[in-house]
Parts: sequence; structure tokens; C-alpha cells
Amino acid sequence: MSTNTATHHDDHGHPTGIMRWVASTNHKDIGTLYLWFSFFMFLFAGALALGIRAELFQPGLQFLEPENFNRLTTLHGLIMIFGAIMPAFVGFANWMIPLMIGASDLAFPRLNNMSFWLMIPAALLLMTSIFVPGGAIAGGWTMYPPLSVQNPSMSVDMSILALHILGVSSIVGSINIITTILNMRAPGMTMMKMPLFVWTWLITAFLLIASMPVLAGALTMLLTDRHFGTSFFDAAGGGDPVLWQHVFWFFGHPEVYIMILPAFGLISTIIPTFARKPLFGYASMVYATAAIALLSFVVWAHHMFTTGMPVAGQLFFMYSTMLISIPTGVKVFNWVATMWRGSMTFETPMLFSIAVVFLFTIGGFSGLVCAILPVDIQVQDTYYVVAHFHYVLFSGAAMSIMGAVYYWLPKWTGFMYDETLGKWHFWVTTIAFNVTFFPMHFTGLAGMPRRVPDYALQFAEFNMISSFGAFALGISQLLFLYIVVKCIKGGTKADAKPWDGAEGLEWTVPSPAPFHTFEVPPTVK
Amino acid sequence: MGDLEQKKANNKQLAVRLLIVAVAGLAFGFALAPLYNILCEAIGLNGKADITATAAASNTVIDQSRKVTVLFTGETMPGLDWGFSANEPNVEVYPGEIKLTSYKAINRGKQAVVGSAVPSISPEVASLYFKKIECFCFNQQTLQPGEIKDMPIRFFVSPDLPKDIKTVTLSYSFYKVDNKPK
Repeated sequence: MSTNTATHHDDHGHPTGIMRWVASTNHKDIGTLYLWFSFFMFLFAGALALGIRAELFQPGLQFLEPENFNRLTTLHGLIMIFGAIMPAFVGFANWMIPLMIGASDLAFPRLNNMSFWLMIPAALLLMTSIFVPGGAIAGGWTMYPPLSVQNPSMSVDMSILALHILGVSSIVGSINIITTILNMRAPGMTMMKMPLFVWTWLITAFLLIASMPVLAGALTMLLTDRHFGTSFFDAAGGGDPVLWQHVFWFFGHPEVYIMILPAFGLISTIIPTFARKPLFGYASMVYATAAIALLSFVVWAHHMFTTGMPVAGQLFFMYSTMLISIPTGVKVFNWVATMWRGSMTFETPMLFSIAVVFLFTIGGFSGLVCAILPVDIQVQDTYYVVAHFHYVLFSGAAMSIMGAVYYWLPKWTGFMYDETLGKWHFWVTTIAFNVTFFPMHFTGLAGMPRRVPDYALQFAEFNMISSFGAFALGISQLLFLYIVVKCIKGGTKADAKPWDGAEGLEWTVPSPAPFHTFEVPPTVK
Repeated sequence: MGDLEQKKANNKQLAVRLLIVAVAGLAFGFALAPLYNILCEAIGLNGKADITATAAASNTVIDQSRKVTVLFTGETMPGLDWGFSANEPNVEVYPGEIKLTSYKAINRGKQAVVGSAVPSISPEVASLYFKKIECFCFNQQTLQPGEIKDMPIRFFVSPDLPKDIKTVTLSYSFYKVDNKPK
């Protein structure tokens, strides 16, 4: 079938126009779809966050009914996690994993198409749930009962269905990615020669396969509690709302690493390029990733320290949580050691990566603070937690995605992006992010509760600063959109390898990467 | 090309195995519900141990060397228009001593209502040592409109209760039966 004649494939017809995308089985096209989809969802969920920040600009209620405020926080969380960050990483996996391991495509191209197009109805369900009677789901992205059981609005069912669909999409996508990585590597590409991004995705995909079905189980129980008279979470019928929290976080904590491990892979790719040194401690990076993934299944109850559990249980989850900082610390050390005495240059992808190392570490430290049992009882459900998870999810996951977009844009489009504008985007994003979220450490420690539209007067200044930062952060992402569109339209031609320190098979194909690559597998020395 | 066929077969085989892992994950998700209940009762998690189990009146020796304060609280959940409170908010007992106390419930609504009380014990460990011989929570309770009912509870605290626990709180939540939101 598809051997020798690599050139012939470039001209044979594939659908054009809209059908090129709808019916695509090409990993690059589907990767592009995932990335655009996630960017659109990023802007949408970001706009919801601006609604939150507008309300919190001043104490008192200005723009939003409390119920609507709750809807915004809930949808912001759900859409950012399931609609923006996860699909963005799948987009990178689609585009880059076959190129990095010398495969011609993913193992199951048609399933790949299905994985993407399942996202669309799910996203529509989440977004249109705003307009149904009773309004969008409002009990927080974690959907704790009894609120999620008692809320009669159809939007809760729409959200459950959306998450079911997204779960199927993720599981199918993960099976596809694991099969590709394990079975389709080019000759000579041994496991321990794989780029770290491939390794992190392999482990992430296993996490997805193990944890998404547990969420599906929990959601199904929630659905039957709502409609079919079961009482898994209903205390009146002998159930227990805390059971939901256990099952949810058994999924939820691996989910946290699903959103950060690929980010580790991305910056482990970018930093060596611009430090012009191979990654320090490659093997320890692989083992650290695996260790984080395994530990992620035994720490879930640290989200529930205040629900009441035996002290022995609290101590176990406190220590297991702290243990995660060891493999994570190994990674941070390795990134810093990679930069140490390197010939560093500071193009936009490198700026983002360095910021990720620095800011993610702040998020890691605040996580360690939250892990301390007596402290957590104080900061539980305050803005301290909000600051913590935005430092790991925005400046960890989202900013590494931005850096990686700049890194591979030349490969994707064949043109160099505008470096000056890229640096502007970086600096505005980084500064605005810190202006937004750093003050939340202070308001949180002082006791400002999250998910409440109003607050005590003493928090007014910090909240005003946060809101200014949030609007700057939001608007600066339109600059990102402009830079990407400008780069697609044209600019300086990019070489096959635009970064002189870059390593890897993806730089051996021309820029832009042709529609079909590695029809004949390359041989890795 | 046999080679390519072989590769496709390998891919399919791996995919099926991974799918089995996913299905096992789903089964595990559901299994967590019964597992959780078993675990809760075994180690007293969430104060759930012996929620409805009737303890036999034991002939254990009464530990006269210390006293334990038992606090009684009660609340009604939304949808149940009852007044509900303990007749004795706190009772001092010797471990092993059998004690009788009661709650009072008033139906403030205009219809007969069936309610069911779910107990919870704090601190959670104490739930392993708090034994109810007789309790209104063992059965559903029906109150006619305006009816006032005294509901007894006969209990003892096991002498095995850890020495550092000096106060045990028993809290009841009264739910309306068949009040499931649709």
C-alpha cells in the first residue's frame, strides 16, 4: 500500500473545503482542528472569567445575580479544563507525536476523526446549557451533591452528558495515542530515545484510560440519583454525598496531572533547544513522570480534608501528597540544570518556558502549603486555593501551550511568527497573570471564600488589582490570536529547522510539514 | 503486504487490551460505592458505623472511672416541615451504662408525613463505640398534622471508647421519605 512513493501522495486528491476538515483522517489536520477548537474555548471560558472579575471588581453586587455568578465560575472551570487545556494537549499530540517518532499517522486515523468531532456536540451542550430554563449548572465544576442532585435544571443533565461524551473522546484518543507510541515508532527509536513530550503523553494517556471511566461511573450514578430513584449520594435514601467526593477526586487528581504532564513534556523539549544543551537527566525525567502518575492515584482525599475522616487517613493523604513534590522537584532541578551554563537565547518559546518553570514552582509550593493538614483546614475553599491552581494550570499548563505554539508555528505554517509581537504577548501575559493571581494568595490567607460574588470591604483593593490584571490578561490573548493568524498568512520563510539548537525528527521534514510525512519510516541511529 | 497486515493486527490487539482497561476502570468506579460503604462501616469513616444496627444490651462492666458527655443535636432537611429537637441536649454517662433519652418531633404541616432520621456521630472514631439498643431511627416515623411525638433512644457507650474522647456528639438529620427531586 503506502510505501516507496512518498511524493505521489502529495498530489493525490484529498477532499478540499469544509469536507477536508469534517472527513479528515490526517493527524496534522485533526491536530489543527483540536488546537483551534481549544483556542476558541479558551477565549470563551476566559470571557466567563472576565464576568467573574467584573463582579468582583468592587464589593457588593453590581452586574450579576449570585446564581449567575455561580454559573460563571462553574462553566469557566468545566470549559477551561475539558474544552481548552485537554484538547490543546491532544492537538499537540496529534501534530507532533507521529512527527517525533517517525510514524506516518496515528494508529487509528478514523477513530482520531471521531475523537475530535465528539468534542463539538459536547461543547455545544455545555455552552447552550446557559439558555435552558433554570440556567447553566451552578454547583461548581466538581458538581458536589446534594446541589447537583437537587438542582432541577436540565443544564445539569446536559453537562453530565457533555462530560460523558468528552470522556469517550478522551479514552478513544488515549487508546489511539498509546497504540501509536508503542507500536509505530521508527526503527531504532527505542523507548528511552523517545522525546520527552512523547513519554509524558504516553503516561498521560494511561492516566486518562484509568481515570476517565471512573468519572463516567460517578456521573452515571449522579444521573440515576437525579432521575431514576437511586440514592448513591442522597443521605435520605441511605447514600452519602461524601461518596461522590471520593469517586470524583479519584478521577480528579489524576486529571490534574493529565493537565500538567504534557506541559512538562513541552518545556522539556523547548528548554534544551534554546539552552543548546541536551536535556539534563533524561532518564530521571522519565522515571519522575511515571512516579508522579502513580502517586496521583493515592492522594485524592487531600481535596477533602475538611469533610471528616480519621486522623490516620488525613495523615496518609498529607504525606502521600507531599511525596509528589520529590519527583516534581527532580523535574524542576533538571530544567534548571539544563539551562545552567547553556548558550541561552530568549526567543518567545524560551521566555514562556522559563516563566513556566518559575511560576509553576510557585504553584507547586503553594500546593505544598495546602497539603499541610492544619493549614488546609484554614485555606480550604478560600482564594488561596484559587491562586494555587491558577499558578499550576494557567502558568503551568496554558503558558506552556502558548510557548509550544510559538515553538512549532514555523513547522506548522512554514513562516516565522512576529518575534517582537510574540515577546509583547509574553510580557503582557506574564505580568497580567501575576497581577491577577498573586494578590489572591493574600486575600485567601486573610479568609476570602471562593465562589461567592460579594466580599468583605477589607479585600476591596486586592480584588480591584486582580480585576485589572484579569482584563489585561484577557485582552492580551487577542494579540496571541492576531500573531498566529499573521503567521499563517505569511512572513519570513521558515527553514526546516528554524531553531539551531533543536533536536528531533520533526525538524527533518520541510516547513511547513507536508500533508504526508514519514511514509517511509526514518531510521534512528 | 503481510508485514503491514501484521502491524495492523498488532495495533488492534493492543487497542482491545487498552479498551479492557477502560472498561475495568468503569467497573471500578461503580464498585467504589459498595466498597466505600463497607469501608465506612469497618473503620467508622464519616461516623457511619452501625447506622441502623441494633446493638444487644450487653452485660459489660460499667467503667465508673470516667464519664463521657453525649451531646444530642437534630435538624430537619428541606422539604420536611417538622420541629425536631433533643429533650436533653446533653447527657453524662459512664462507659457501659445503658441510658434512655428522647427527641421531640412536631409536624407543623397540614398533612401526615413520613420521615426518616439518619444519624451521624462525631468524632468519627466514636461511631465504632456508640451502641444504640433502641432508636427511632431504626424505623420510619409517621406524624399526623399537628402531632407531637416523643421518640426514645436507648444507648450505651462501649467501655472500649478511647480515653482521649470525652465528648461524643450524636446528630440526626430528618428527611422526608419519598421526597426525591425528579
